[in-house]
Amino acid sequence: MNATIALILLQDGLTSGLIYGLLALSILLVFLVTRVLWVPAGDFLVLGALTLAVLRQGEVPGTVWILAGLAAVTAIVETWRAWRAGDWRGWPRLIALVVVPSAAAVLATLWLAPQNAPVPVAILLVLALVTPIGFLTYRLVFRPMVDQPTLTLMFVAVAVHYVLTGLGLTAFGSESFRSPPFLPGRLDVGFTRLSYQLLIVLAVSAALMAALGLFFGRTLWGKALRATAMQRFGARLVGIRTESMGALAFTIAALIGAVSGVLIGPMTALYYDSGFLVSLKGFVGTVMAGMASFPLSVLGALLVGLVETGASFYASPFKEAIVFGLLVPFLLWRSAVQIRTRGKGHE
Amino acid sequence: MTSLLQARGIEVRYGESEAVRGLSLAVGPGQIVTVLGPNGAGKTSLLKALMGALPCRGEIRFDGEPIHRLSLEERAEIGLSLVPEERALFGEMSVADNLELGGFLRRHEDARTRREAREEIYRLFPRLRERAGQLASTLSGGERQMLALGRALLARPRLLMLDEPSLGLAPRIVREILDAIAGLRDRGMSLLLVEQNARAALRIADYGYVIERGAVAMEGSAADLRDNPAVAATYLGGSAAG
Repeated sequence: MNATIALILLQDGLTSGLIYGLLALSILLVFLVTRVLWVPAGDFLVLGALTLAVLRQGEVPGTVWILAGLAAVTAIVETWRAWRAGDWRGWPRLIALVVVPSAAAVLATLWLAPQNAPVPVAILLVLALVTPIGFLTYRLVFRPMVDQPTLTLMFVAVAVHYVLTGLGLTAFGSESFRSPPFLPGRLDVGFTRLSYQLLIVLAVSAALMAALGLFFGRTLWGKALRATAMQRFGARLVGIRTESMGALAFTIAALIGAVSGVLIGPMTALYYDSGFLVSLKGFVGTVMAGMASFPLSVLGALLVGLVETGASFYASPFKEAIVFGLLVPFLLWRSAVQIRTRGKGHE
Repeated sequence: MTSLLQARGIEVRYGESEAVRGLSLAVGPGQIVTVLGPNGAGKTSLLKALMGALPCRGEIRFDGEPIHRLSLEERAEIGLSLVPEERALFGEMSVADNLELGGFLRRHEDARTRREAREEIYRLFPRLRERAGQLASTLSGGERQMLALGRALLARPRLLMLDEPSLGLAPRIVREILDAIAGLRDRGMSLLLVEQNARAALRIADYGYVIERGAVAMEGSAADLRDNPAVAATYLGGSAAG
């Protein structure tokens, strides 16, 4: 391998690593706040990518009907729950949260999509359509099961993944989609030529990670989310409602998924069911970081991207095996560390 | 006197075993009421049940209103607060962030009022100001207790429940914290204080309950309990702190 190929592989690895990194952030956020293993992370990426591709063809994406249907079902179920419990206190606000953003996104898309909306508008529509699906999934499925064991939550998350995949098939069909690049071509920087797509992915993911960092470090709601993740009882004692935090975590996770989908859409052809493998790779990144640290999860995911690109160049049939094989040494190392610290605790 | 908190026939069960058995108590406005008793008497379960952190049977009224169906968060919203024995601090966050979250329920108030409320906590416990940028997990036991108390106070509760605030602390710190608690009562707050350090608790309390095996064994004014030979023999004998 010469330096030129190495640099190209490095670029490709970084690009997919950053996407996995974004998903790793959403997986870790949802897990720490709600204990749900966010298997559908990749499905949100796929929804984002396919929605953008269809919008850029000047057509109305099926996401509109997924969102409208979910919002309607959630509104009905929440009304039934309020009626059954005889408790209507939170109902008007909840229905507004369920109906208003979804209806606005659906109507705006129905109006703007056939007019071949410019790219920035199309991107905003993607975010507006995909993000509420995260919130609705939480209200409809996970909030009623907050007290269930982690294993149950994981199987339900797998079920949600299959439902979303099925909805994706109905909405987009079985063919692959790839949106046109935002900026075609490469930038000559002397020793190599950087694709504009890589630069966009770098800039957007860096901006998104910085925004998340500011949100978690500086704002009251961001701190409340972290507090819920690290000390649930303490958070409840100061009046933070864990269910609001769960809804917030799912909404942010869906937003991250949608942004990743927008970024990856022009780089690779995606099918309605491409999400699962992408989720698993983000998951490998978070496991390497011990399901605990946001920055380390991003580093882990970057390593996954780099190893994956290297493996597809040298041993492409074993690409996935090598990537998931990465987990083994990390898990062995972590359990060794754990055994050692536990041993010290007993002394 | 009308009570701020009135609990009747509280029962808490863990599977087959009964931690609290038909216990009744009341806390008046501006009163410190203490609950004494040996380890495992059900004191912690009682506080958690009153706060809504444990399911229980019986009737609980706050300010005359039944609150039995309210969740923990809803009870916090109407003015109950609990500092649990384990403190439940946000260990990987700074002291300042812990205090900021203590004011979570007051988030709609303007920034100046909230900043002044934090300043007041720093005046009450100057040690916290020195440690403001430090992670809560790196604090000493006494500082952790001060932070837990400060965090609870920032919600400006009407009834503050404290579970073993003196546990594991040096006598000098115990005195500092109990003085702070007595100061809160003097400003009109009601407190329910669970303590194993009976001597210290009875020094600042107005009224006391002695509970054994989940039921009230004895109750009376703090002065009466101090003078009671049975209480003195069982609970005041060896404890020197406070």
